[in-house]
Amino acid sequence: MKMTGHTVRLSILSLALALVNATSAPAASSEADFNTAYAAAEAADKEAGRLHNQWTVTAEALADAKKAADIGDFDRAVTSAKEAEALAKASILQAASEKEAWKKLEIR
Amino acid sequence: MNLRSPIHLASATLALALATITPTVAADTPDPMAEAKAFRNYFVAKFPNVKPEDFVNGPYSMNKDMRRQWEEKEQFPPYEFSLDMGKEMFGKPFKNGKSYADCFPNQGIGIRQNYPSFDAKEGKVITLELALNRCREANGELPLSYVGDEMAALTAYMAFTSRGKPFDIKIPDDPRALEAYQNGKRYFYTRRGQLNFSCATCHVQNPGERMRAEILAPALGILNAMPIYRSEWGGMGTISRRLVTCNSQIRAVPLEPQADEYRDLEYYLSYVSNGLPISGPGSRP
Repeated sequence: MKMTGHTVRLSILSLALALVNATSAPAASSEADFNTAYAAAEAADKEAGRLHNQWTVTAEALADAKKAADIGDFDRAVTSAKEAEALAKASILQAASEKEAWKKLEIR
Repeated sequence: MNLRSPIHLASATLALALATITPTVAADTPDPMAEAKAFRNYFVAKFPNVKPEDFVNGPYSMNKDMRRQWEEKEQFPPYEFSLDMGKEMFGKPFKNGKSYADCFPNQGIGIRQNYPSFDAKEGKVITLELALNRCREANGELPLSYVGDEMAALTAYMAFTSRGKPFDIKIPDDPRALEAYQNGKRYFYTRRGQLNFSCATCHVQNPGERMRAEILAPALGILNAMPIYRSEWGGMGTISRRLVTCNSQIRAVPLEPQADEYRDLEYYLSYVSNGLPISGPGSRP
């Protein structure tokens, strides 16, 4: 296949774009991002607590988020806070499904 | 228009509705006696070579090698120091001159098999650990930690004085007692923690199997051996300590020791082991 001038220009543009995508880092997280993510995680964990179904790993992720924020590492802080929120939401889901599911395990 | 047809139809509908409702209610109402029988039968069928009264020896009833080691260890049991400490504590009068013996029937000797009991006045389950601390507080003493060595020592001594006596847990004719039993059962079978385990996952579905280096104990008779000396802990542990640890191991945030849920769980687990002898204090790897 013969490459036309247009095709060559398009290829160079695609390559340039690909390089830009590969080298640019995601925007750094701010303290505000952390505060939002942490508040959401804390609220979900509080709800799990109301259901008497908190997980130890949620508390660990929350503690790690706080620790990272204290030293100004907001990227790690946001990642940990989001992980804590996901864990807390999973524990809430578990509590909801176990409301009836436990009966299936009962010896009869 | 003939009125009889609609009346017949209404009656038939009502009868059908009642027939549908009745079995649902019956299915949700626990029958502790029948359930305890089914519970026991499950383990007896699963382990036909284990004598029913041997289930109280936990993993030693499931594994010959472990049993041999345990029998040798029992000649100089690791809980002996705790037992001595418990005996001394039990006999020592409080500052007001009274003692634990004044708080319990038969001066507290040979009564472990009757706990937990249901207190009709309070409408709640009273465990032995709770009763001991209430005794202390009623006599002006500070309560002991539910997960500490002193409580373990006291309950070890009381269990020792009941060795061989069959669990005799009563569920009085009181809807609150039945509710406590049902709550305990629900707690036992409910999955929790990041590992998504229930108590039953280990102690009903997998007794006799290995969990890392441990052999899982059957739920039948599991509290008869309490409190226990655990090599892993390097000391004695109460029922409270065991429940809190179980929760942590499956990555669930434990409740406060002696929370209603734990008390109800102890009530349920003890009731379904009725008739099996107290073997505590025990020792486990």
